[in-house]
Amino acid sequence: MKEIILLKDGELALKGLNRRTFEDILMKNIRQRLRHAVGEFKFTRSQSTCVIAPVDENIDFDKAVDIIQHCFGVVGISRAAQCEKDIDVIKNTALEYLRDELSFARTFKVEAKRSDKKFPYNSPQICNEVGGFLLSHLHHLKVDVHNPDVKVTVEVRDNHAFIHGNQLKGAGGMPTGTGGKACVLISGGIDSPVAAWMMAKRGLQLTAVHFASPPYTSERAEMKVHELLKKVARYSGRIDLYTVHFTEIQEAIRDNSPEDMFTITMRRIMMKIATRIAESKDCGALITGESVGQVASQTMWALRCTDAAAGLPVFRPCIGMDKNEIIEISRKIDTFDISIEPFEDCCTVFTPKHPRTKPTPQMAEEAENAAWDDELVNKAIETAKHMAIH
Amino acid sequence: MEIYLDNSATTKVCREAADAMMKMLTENYGNPSSLHSKGVEASKAIENARQNLADALSCSKDEIFFTTSGTTANNTAIFGAVNANKRKGNRIITTSLEHPSVSECMKKLEEQGFEIIRLKPDMNGAFSPMELMNAINSKTILISIMAVNNEIGTINPINQIKTAVKRASSDALIHVDAVQGFGKIPLNPSKAGIDLMTVSSHKIHGPKGAGALYIRKGVKIQPHVVGGGQEKGIFSGTEAMPAIVGFGTAVKSLPNITQELADTKTIRDYFVREVTKIGGVHINSPDDALPYIINLSVLGVPSQTIVNSLSEQGIYVSAGSACKKGHRSEVLTAIGLDGKRIDSAIRISLSRYTTKRDMDEVVKALDKIVMRIRR
Repeated sequence: MKEIILLKDGELALKGLNRRTFEDILMKNIRQRLRHAVGEFKFTRSQSTCVIAPVDENIDFDKAVDIIQHCFGVVGISRAAQCEKDIDVIKNTALEYLRDELSFARTFKVEAKRSDKKFPYNSPQICNEVGGFLLSHLHHLKVDVHNPDVKVTVEVRDNHAFIHGNQLKGAGGMPTGTGGKACVLISGGIDSPVAAWMMAKRGLQLTAVHFASPPYTSERAEMKVHELLKKVARYSGRIDLYTVHFTEIQEAIRDNSPEDMFTITMRRIMMKIATRIAESKDCGALITGESVGQVASQTMWALRCTDAAAGLPVFRPCIGMDKNEIIEISRKIDTFDISIEPFEDCCTVFTPKHPRTKPTPQMAEEAENAAWDDELVNKAIETAKHMAIH
Repeated sequence: MEIYLDNSATTKVCREAADAMMKMLTENYGNPSSLHSKGVEASKAIENARQNLADALSCSKDEIFFTTSGTTANNTAIFGAVNANKRKGNRIITTSLEHPSVSECMKKLEEQGFEIIRLKPDMNGAFSPMELMNAINSKTILISIMAVNNEIGTINPINQIKTAVKRASSDALIHVDAVQGFGKIPLNPSKAGIDLMTVSSHKIHGPKGAGALYIRKGVKIQPHVVGGGQEKGIFSGTEAMPAIVGFGTAVKSLPNITQELADTKTIRDYFVREVTKIGGVHINSPDDALPYIINLSVLGVPSQTIVNSLSEQGIYVSAGSACKKGHRSEVLTAIGLDGKRIDSAIRISLSRYTTKRDMDEVVKALDKIVMRIRR
């Protein structure tokens, strides 16, 4: 049986004048992701619906459905069987294709849409025929036209008939790339992947910067970041990761800045490096997982100091969230279990015993000037390792 | 350069074992339960491996039961002994420093209502036979104590367990987790009056995926894993032939234990002398510990940083115990070390392939790390 995916216009989260452009971007995103992970698909647009059909029928269709469901911009999709436009074939296909779904349902209804007006049965007749046939084969079922467990939809179109059950939920949000590109500072903790996901949901395409400080941080901490970004990329699509070797800079901070300003200084230099990488990759903003008051470097005063160092707007979608709210999202996007693996990241190296919670911009600048070394910073940017994460 | 000094976590498979395994994978691939000659061939191979284990433990071949790891052997021994004897009593005695494959069994049994007595170690990490004797009562059904501590190498006086049990006029079963001691110190369970003893393949240059349990003749335990009745019903599941044969071959390839122990002690003492010349380096292992395991602290440098730095230079050691990532070591706490010592502790574990020159490299590398990192 040939399976296809139906993506309806009304199911895209977009309205207004940009709709067409947004749709084109979404289709391009879906096509690219399917091509990368599953194979080639044919996209046909007709009568306010996009039909996505595999070129080779032996591909992993479940995986294709999963990929489309996770694409930002998709609100819902229908996974459907395609068959010949013959009432008996339609009946049998409906029974065979939806048997599993209907076995666990108590009530159902059939809805028919006939765009091919030459088809000998009109919509109410199709409903009657298919509904009666299903009832005669699945004796546990009852019809409920108002609130059915399963809604069976039969669409008779110009070339084929499509049959599907309940619609599957999509990830929502806006298609990746419709909002431009932004660069996330990713640590390996719980917050930054959540922040990245939240901004990608608003249509931003992600670039990521990770700071590694071997030997203070281990190879496993970097692997952890790769795993986290893979989870985010399920929704956002490809992420370009730049891993910055941060050891010498951190040692310079340790040796030259006042101890209570270590973390602020480190954060400021991270912002500066991230800004330069971001700008060279056409990003229009930085993204961080900061949340007010979570740690000493995330007090309002500390954020003011780090913000001043960034040359781009800094998006902090977690800023007003409680840890529990952030954790809830991290569980939903499946990053939580990875985040809590106990490997040090560079933020926990050389942590001062009593960090300053109310630094002033002037103090922050002085501390940074004491540690700043053009040569080290340039070298860190030039030697950043690139990796494409899918 | 590659210097592997994490041999208490696992070891490199020796050439002899690897060759024997390859043959099992490609030629002698039968199921030892099959009646045809492919099965008979496999069955001969497993019995041969069993004999090698029996020779190493000075016991009879009928007393060796293969499992899939040290963990499954420990689980089989503990749950098996307890379930066979739970009508006689409900007290189980162990120590507070056991490997998780023992201590987690104890936790489960505690939840089921058994009374678990955990003996506290002395300053060297060893249990006291006197305390053991005092803890035994008429309700005691099992005593489970490790032969060698996996983090600091303390050798427990396991030969005195039987004496303690006798003096307390008890017939409690004795289980010894000998995973870290096997192949490194002489073990003779029947002479020591031990009823159950766990050994593992991958710590002695055999492959991962095989372990064995010694069960003294006449001792009855209930199977913990049931199924097709392999290993006389003690551990069901089709035998992992390549791993078991690799295990048997690795056992056969063990050098003279006493000689090897003396040689390793020489290397160990040399290393300790050299490494303690670096300021702030303290040896955490007791002097009379198994010389293959050296636990030390480099004050002021976190364990993970040392591990990463050495790793960059091709030297592989472990932070605390490799089985418990990211937690403060209970063993090091128990022997009375302060937080600073514990947080900067690493475990260097040697094998029979370790040379004095390897250890020189470690000293050099540690010296470099201390110069760079400690402020």
